[in-house]
Order: sequence, then structure tokens, then C-alpha cells
Amino acid sequence: MELRKSYFADQRKDGLHEIGQGRPRLDSPGHVMGKTAYFADRNFPGMLHLKMVRSPHHHARIRSIDTSEAEKHPGVVKILTAKDVPHNVYTILILIQIGPEDETVLADGKVRWKGEAVVAVLAETERAAQEAAAKVKVNYEVLPAVFDMEEALKPGAPLVNEYHGQNYYLYDSGECRKVRFGDVEAGFAEADHILEQSYQSSPIEHAPTETTGCVVVPEGNDRFTCYTNTQAMFFTLDNASIILQMPGSKLHFVGGTVGGGFGGKVDVIVEPIAILGAKLTGRPVCFIYSREEEMQISSPRAAEKVVIKDGVMKDGRIVARKVTGYTDAGAYSRHSPYGAQKGAAHYPGPYTIPNVWIDTYCVYTNRTPSSAMRGFGVTIGDFALEVQMDKLARLIGMDPLEFRFINAYRDGDMKAHHQPTEGAALIECMQEASRAANWPVAEKYMAMSSYKKGA
Amino acid sequence: MAKVPVQFTLNGREKAEFVEGGTTLLHALRDKIGDTSPKGGCHQGTCGACSVIIDGELKLSCLTLAETCNGATITTTSGLAEAGVLHPLQRAFLDAFATQCGFCTPGMIMAAKVLLDHTPNPSRDDVVEALSGNICRCTGYEPIIQAVLTAARANSQNAA
Repeated sequence: MELRKSYFADQRKDGLHEIGQGRPRLDSPGHVMGKTAYFADRNFPGMLHLKMVRSPHHHARIRSIDTSEAEKHPGVVKILTAKDVPHNVYTILILIQIGPEDETVLADGKVRWKGEAVVAVLAETERAAQEAAAKVKVNYEVLPAVFDMEEALKPGAPLVNEYHGQNYYLYDSGECRKVRFGDVEAGFAEADHILEQSYQSSPIEHAPTETTGCVVVPEGNDRFTCYTNTQAMFFTLDNASIILQMPGSKLHFVGGTVGGGFGGKVDVIVEPIAILGAKLTGRPVCFIYSREEEMQISSPRAAEKVVIKDGVMKDGRIVARKVTGYTDAGAYSRHSPYGAQKGAAHYPGPYTIPNVWIDTYCVYTNRTPSSAMRGFGVTIGDFALEVQMDKLARLIGMDPLEFRFINAYRDGDMKAHHQPTEGAALIECMQEASRAANWPVAEKYMAMSSYKKGA
Repeated sequence: MAKVPVQFTLNGREKAEFVEGGTTLLHALRDKIGDTSPKGGCHQGTCGACSVIIDGELKLSCLTLAETCNGATITTTSGLAEAGVLHPLQRAFLDAFATQCGFCTPGMIMAAKVLLDHTPNPSRDDVVEALSGNICRCTGYEPIIQAVLTAARANSQNAA
């Protein structure tokens, strides 16, 4: 790898010691020797296994739950329902004041997605827990469900989540996150060409090799050690503290070793109910997702729909951009209101456009709740934006890379969110990409700079 | 439930356990004997994280019943290093940055060891084929392939 030092030469401090050097990973010796301790590598005497009874319906009222047969199953130690959870209705982003609390740890009166946790069974063995879970009888009244975001936003659509009262997240800015910059309609009026395109994505599962889970051990003093593969230790600890109505000092979280996460292990799903099980039985509890649960139950990346309308001039300048983004949260918020908000901030792309209008909606449907995954809220947006950029370049007969040079943001440019651009390096990255990919562009673009305008 | 006696050699040591009928070798190794180097990623024979070597052959311990291993010689990744000295494959995985989250690593090393035991000088295609039953979701396949080829070269140099 070549380190180019000509860029930003006046800003450089070349006391670099690490770049270009091979440094051993601290955790690698443990990995190659099979000694790294993942949460499931811990086994404790008398450990119970937790299995969930899950909703077979996308949307249903729970008429009744009968656990009597399951309780008689050999090996069953404890069965938990909604009434056992101290603070059953929660939402993870309440820690940063993003409410309302809209999700149940164990379903209470209603299920809103297929796979939702209804009853937790704790037994001596995994097999006993699984067999007993199959004996729990839940009487459902199936309700109409909605799976499409645009259908969900129509008047008269089934209401997915009563805690919101409508099928979208209500931001302080209203029914969507909004960015307003310049006069987008005036921009379209002056444009030589207008291109409106719609882009859609499906949910994507992270599929870590190690499934989500935790092992909880009572310390005998009303304090609990939770070995977990969460990607968000303190976030999980704080939410567990709220759900269990226990001070954080009672919760000792041990983690940091994660067998693949990719954002799929930042929700707070397994820990609170496993800690509750350990508290109520006084025994260690293991709750680990099966492969099927990992694929079907854990939150995927949200499905998204992005509608982009651009006004472009024959000389290559984009003069107006209007974006409407939809993020499918599924039945509950988790991280999706934040994901949709990130989209609003991101949709202008790294381009300077004088007239911008953006609306992004976080929509509730009866699908598996979606959440974080590698650049959630922006990754699908980038796919849509850059495909749109290629289409625009083709529309005006321009080289797609030169087209991006013309529109690239540079230091001092005002961004659509009314923040001046600082520290831009897109021009330089594209110059390097042009060389590396052997995709030549006109000399005037190779002479451009992110912070020396007019080159 | 009736217990079944199981006796085998694990990484050079005699082991004996009583297990319930139907217990997988993965469960017996991890939860009874305490060797947690084989990992349970899918418990249905698709990810390869539980791979071990039984009598010289690569096996998925999640699909192998413990009671079928009586008298067998079993090797796992935790048994490869001798007196703290890494096996050439372990050394090569370390040097080639062939681990990321590490969860697939023990299974990968088992698959690679069986390959090199049978084919000391494998082609790249041989390596790809040998590792094709092992999933690395961090998608670090290229360094893993390079590590196996490097270990093969180190072996053949030592033998020469």
C-alpha cells in the first residue's frame, strides 16, 4: 500500500507509527488456540435453560395463556409471563430521551409480529424447556396485519402499535424528519432535466456465526453477573436496570467478546429476561438463540424505500434534490427512529446542491422489528444516491466520475442542514480512485482541491 | 433418562463420561469435559464451527453422537499447541490476520489440519475446497486461505 503524502501537505503531521505496519491483534492468540472465552463457553452447576414461546401470528389479540400443562412437564422450574416483568413496556433509546416506551419484554394482551416473545420457560435442560414451551397454550384472536410501508401510512390501515397511536414515529418535527434548504421547486423549474426514481431494499439479517445470548449467574447477594455477547454493554446494563427496576449496582456485566455482531447485538433482548429468571429461581440461566431464532427473530437491517427527484443542468450541476425516505421499523422502534433520522441527514450525499427538500419517515408495520446494522439509515441511502448519480450522468451524457467532481462538496460549501463543510476530502479520494481504477478524468478535475477553490 | 458410558482419547488424554443417549459430541466436549474450543454456531451441520478430527477425519461434532465415539481418537483446536508452542497452522493464522471475531477459527483450523495431513502441498483450489464447509461471517476468507498455504509451505520446508 502506498501512502500519498502530497494531499493536505500543509496540514500533515507525519509522525505516523502504525499506518503501514502489521500489528498483531491482541485477541488473536486466544482465537487460534481455541481459548477465547465466549459467553456460551461458561458453564455453571445447576444452570437452567430458557426458551421462548413465540407468536405464530403477525398481529393478534391474546385472549388467554394457559401454562398448566407446561408447568407439569418434567424438568420445568419456572414459567414467566408479562406480569412477572417489573417494567414490561420499554424502549431502548429512552436512555437518550427517545420515547415513547412501545415494546413489551413479554407480550401483554397483544402480539404485533410473528415471532414475538410471549412466555419464557426455564427448565433443567434445553430439551425440557423446548418441550414444555410447546405445551403452553395461547389463545389468539387474529387481527388484520400490514406489511407494506405505504399501505401502513394510508388512512384506515390496521394500527400496529398503540403506544404510538399512528403507524409512524412522531418526531418533534412532525410525521417525518425534515431538511429544507433553498427553494426546491424553483430549482426544478430552472433545471434542464428532471429524473425521479424509486429505490427499495429488503430486510437484511446479520447472520453472526455465534448466535445472540447470555448466561446469568446469581452471586448470592441479590447481585447478578451477566455474561453476554451484547455489542452495547452499558446500554444493555442501563436498559436492564429499567426493565427489572433494579439499581445498576446489582448488575455485573461481563462481555466484549462477540462472535460476530455487525449491529445485530445492540438490542436489549435476552439479558433482562434471563436476569429475571435467575433472580426468581436463584439459579444460573442460559438464554441463547437457536440458529432459527437468530435468522428469524433477531432484528434485521430495516427495509427501506427511497424516492429521489433530481433537477440537473446540461453542464453537470445538480440544482435541486427532493428525497422521501421510508424506514420499515417493523412493529417496534428499537433503533429505527434514529436510523430514519440519520437518513435525513445523509440524503443530500457528499454533494453541494443549492435546493434540497428531504422527508424521512420511520414507519411501523407487522414485520420483525428492525434495528442497527453497519451504517443503518445511510447504507441503503448511499446505494440509492450513487445509482441515481450514475443515472443522472448518463442522462446528460457525462462521465459519471467527472459528474461527481462537479458536484462534490468542498470546504466552505453550505450543506443542506445549514452547516458549512469542513475537512472535506472527497475530491482527493476521487482523484486517487481515478488513478487506482485507471478511470481517467479531465486534467481540470485532477487539479481540483477540497479546500483551494477555483483551481 | 438412562446414561451411556463414553470413553475416548481427547488430545492425547483418556476421557470417560456418562452421557444421556442422544447427546452430541459437541455437547459432551463442551459441557461435560470442558473443552469449549469447538463452537456451536448452528447445531445443524451447516456452519462448520464445531469441526473436530475423529480418527483422522474431519467431523461435525454437532451431528456426531457422543456414544458413537467409543474408543476413538479425537483432536480439537485446543489440543494443537504443544507446551505453549503454536502449531504451524495456528502460527500462520496469527501472522496472516486470519482471525476476526474468532468464532469460526477453531473449526477452520481443524478443516485445514485434515487437509494438510492428507495433502501436504495443497493448491489454492484444494484449500478452498477443504474450507468450503466452514463459514466465516466476518468474510475473512482470503487471509484464511493464505494462512493455510503459508502453513503448508512452512511444513514442507521443515520436512526438506
